[in-house]
Amino acid sequence: MDTKQDRKNILILFAHPALQKSRVNRRLIRYVSDIDGVTIHDLYEAYPDFHIHVKHEQNLLLNNDIIVFHHPVFWFSTPAILKEWQDLVLVHGWAYGKEGKALRGKKLLSVISTGGRESLYSKDGYNRYTIGEFLRPIEQTAYVCGMDYLPPFVVHGTHMLKDEEIARHGEDYRKIITAMRDGKLDFGATRRFPRLNADVESIIMK
Amino acid sequence: MYGESFFFQAFVYLAAAVISVPVAKRLGLGSVLGYLIAGFVIGPYGFKLIGAEGQDVMHFAEFGVVMMLFLIGLELQPSLLWRMRGPILGLGGLQVCLTTIIIAAIALAFGLPFQTSLAIGMILSLSSTAIVLQTLNEKGLMKTDAGQSAFSVLLFQDIAVIPMLAVLPLLAVRTVGAVKETSATHAGNLWVEGLPGWGKALVIVCVIGSIIAGGLFLVRPFFRTVARTRLRELFTAAALLLIIGIALLMSKIGLSPALGTFLAGVVLANSEYRHELEGDIEPFKGLLLGLFFISVGASVDFGVISSNPARIALIVAGLILIKLVVLLLLGRIFKMGTDQNMLFAFALAQGGEFAFVLFSFAVQNHVIKDTFANPLISAVVLSMALTPLLMIMNEKIIQPWFGTREQERGEADVIDEKNQVIIAGFGNFGSIVGRLLKANDVGITVLDIDSDKVELLRKLGLKVFYGNASRHDLLHAAGAQEAKAMIIAVHNHEETLQIVHVAKKHFPNLAIFARSTGRTQTYELLDAGVDHVYRETLDTSLRAGIDVLRVLGFRSYHAHRATKTFRHHDEESVRELRHLRHDKKMYISRARERIEDLEQLLLSELHETDEHLDAGWDTTSMIQEFGNIPEKKE
Repeated sequence: MDTKQDRKNILILFAHPALQKSRVNRRLIRYVSDIDGVTIHDLYEAYPDFHIHVKHEQNLLLNNDIIVFHHPVFWFSTPAILKEWQDLVLVHGWAYGKEGKALRGKKLLSVISTGGRESLYSKDGYNRYTIGEFLRPIEQTAYVCGMDYLPPFVVHGTHMLKDEEIARHGEDYRKIITAMRDGKLDFGATRRFPRLNADVESIIMK
Repeated sequence: MYGESFFFQAFVYLAAAVISVPVAKRLGLGSVLGYLIAGFVIGPYGFKLIGAEGQDVMHFAEFGVVMMLFLIGLELQPSLLWRMRGPILGLGGLQVCLTTIIIAAIALAFGLPFQTSLAIGMILSLSSTAIVLQTLNEKGLMKTDAGQSAFSVLLFQDIAVIPMLAVLPLLAVRTVGAVKETSATHAGNLWVEGLPGWGKALVIVCVIGSIIAGGLFLVRPFFRTVARTRLRELFTAAALLLIIGIALLMSKIGLSPALGTFLAGVVLANSEYRHELEGDIEPFKGLLLGLFFISVGASVDFGVISSNPARIALIVAGLILIKLVVLLLLGRIFKMGTDQNMLFAFALAQGGEFAFVLFSFAVQNHVIKDTFANPLISAVVLSMALTPLLMIMNEKIIQPWFGTREQERGEADVIDEKNQVIIAGFGNFGSIVGRLLKANDVGITVLDIDSDKVELLRKLGLKVFYGNASRHDLLHAAGAQEAKAMIIAVHNHEETLQIVHVAKKHFPNLAIFARSTGRTQTYELLDAGVDHVYRETLDTSLRAGIDVLRVLGFRSYHAHRATKTFRHHDEESVRELRHLRHDKKMYISRARERIEDLEQLLLSELHETDEHLDAGWDTTSMIQEFGNIPEKKE
């Protein structure tokens, strides 16, 4: 059985510039908002003027074991504020470099949504690259900071999702976050899938 | 000495009210019952502190009802009144007719002459405007379905009194000459006396027309002139003058004064002085109504009751039962929900204060004998006194048993037409905030004390009211209880603090956003518990600073961010220094420290040291570590 000490702290950095227009992410985030040990940090709400408080952000990172970037994919990348956040918070000498060891050993997970269907994201598809390839900059950022980058949790085809499908994704999201918190996610098994949510039951240890 | 006895009377009434009302409210009985009990206690059958003059007091205090209808009129826009024409005529008309017929039939069955029976039926069909509206208001039920319907019925009854007064003399059982004695409020000394029927009608139409026209065109400039003197008591005097004037005018032509002031209220419902008028008249209305209820309590004639208690009890029970059944039936016909129908029926199941006047008028005109009228008057008084009890019974016992099915729906019946945001002071500051909110479809209610500005802004289509926002009653009238936020944008700091104290005390629901001029003022506002304080010059001066920096050759984005940093730092320091400022020495040393801090921060921005906030865009340390072959991060 897991004890309180085994529990991981999770920080979800949430970035959506127009949540009032969001259909999928607004509902997804609700599924994880009341989990003990999970901190949701709504970046656009906290920094409407992009004036990111670096020290505060770094302290948040230090207090958590698992960092989640939760955002819709805009132009094959993150919303602007999350890029700004990376630029300002992950500074040399703290996050990377000879002295920069603050983030070593932590895990980084992308939870993203795309308007396009999964089939578009392939060598022969319209978008020509897989979603994993588009996420390389983040993957490499994690690598440079000594963090372990997990396969992304991806919700594809958001324009066509029915309510019950969104609800199912929400349940998966909740299961995975809870499992990670309790140390029950089989990180080895996750490598078998391009998406973390391809087969949720098979990566959660009983 | 006349003065002494007057003061003694005043003392007795006020003391009775001040003692019994809080007790009654604490027991959950409502203020009306409290006043009535106070009346019993000090009345001729209690401590005998007041005697026969109680009747005179009652006539005087009836003026409270007049004021109440004026206030109700103020709340009722003409368009809303027009929409209520169906319930007023349908519901009200049916209630009066049905009740009259049933009661008259019963009286006939007891062997009374037809004319007498009809008169009794008509008189007893009326309910008590004062008790019903006061009780509904206190319970916050006026805007519900039942409240609105009850109001419609009462309004119709007020109108119906006029033809009743006209018809009663015709019902005289034995016409011993044309008996036309004077009754205190009605008849006698009328302008229309001696005129033919069409002449009377013409006078009435003219007077009502002139009240409407005066309300539309004369009253507003009049109030504007009065407001310009900036003397509050003068405004109160003007408001009282208006109401008393109309009441006088109406009684001169034989109409109900309450109806006249109600009309004036409706006409002024759209005016910018509405809230100020409400605030000024409200205390008078409250006092007079209280007095009225006390005198009703005192006038319960236990002599008549004790001479034949069974008969009186039967009459009271019969009266309430008949009214209840008729009202329940009407509620059904007009498709009210069960809950609302019960409330509506229990609220209106009593005799009204008009019955006193009408009964004495009927006795004078030999329609009814004293011996019949007196027990009936006692029954009416008792039924009035029982109303608050009946409503409590309905609320506590009957509703929980029968009404549960509709509880969820009940909430939606409450119509909320108040705005979410109140802006006190509509100068440069307030108007910009107000415009921004309006542009985003947020409803605002504006309070300002400059009557000229109020006039101008209203012409531009804004909802602006005249009045001083530090007055609790005005804030209440402006809907502070339902609003979510209040922006205090008045220029005067003392006034701002005063408004904050009032709002914090009476309307803890309001989030307060206050404007301040400087640091000291900001500290005081923060001390007073305001979370959102805005130094009025901060943003403008910072923007000027940005522009200066740019002209001097700084990159635009750099200047912008440096300013933001400065601002964040400054806001933080204000909040920190607030606690230290009482200790002067500490304050200065901390202040100096903060300034040095800030200097350091700003300098670091320029000299690109590690400490500044934008270190992520700084390559110095990377160049040091990686030399001139950038391997990782560019």
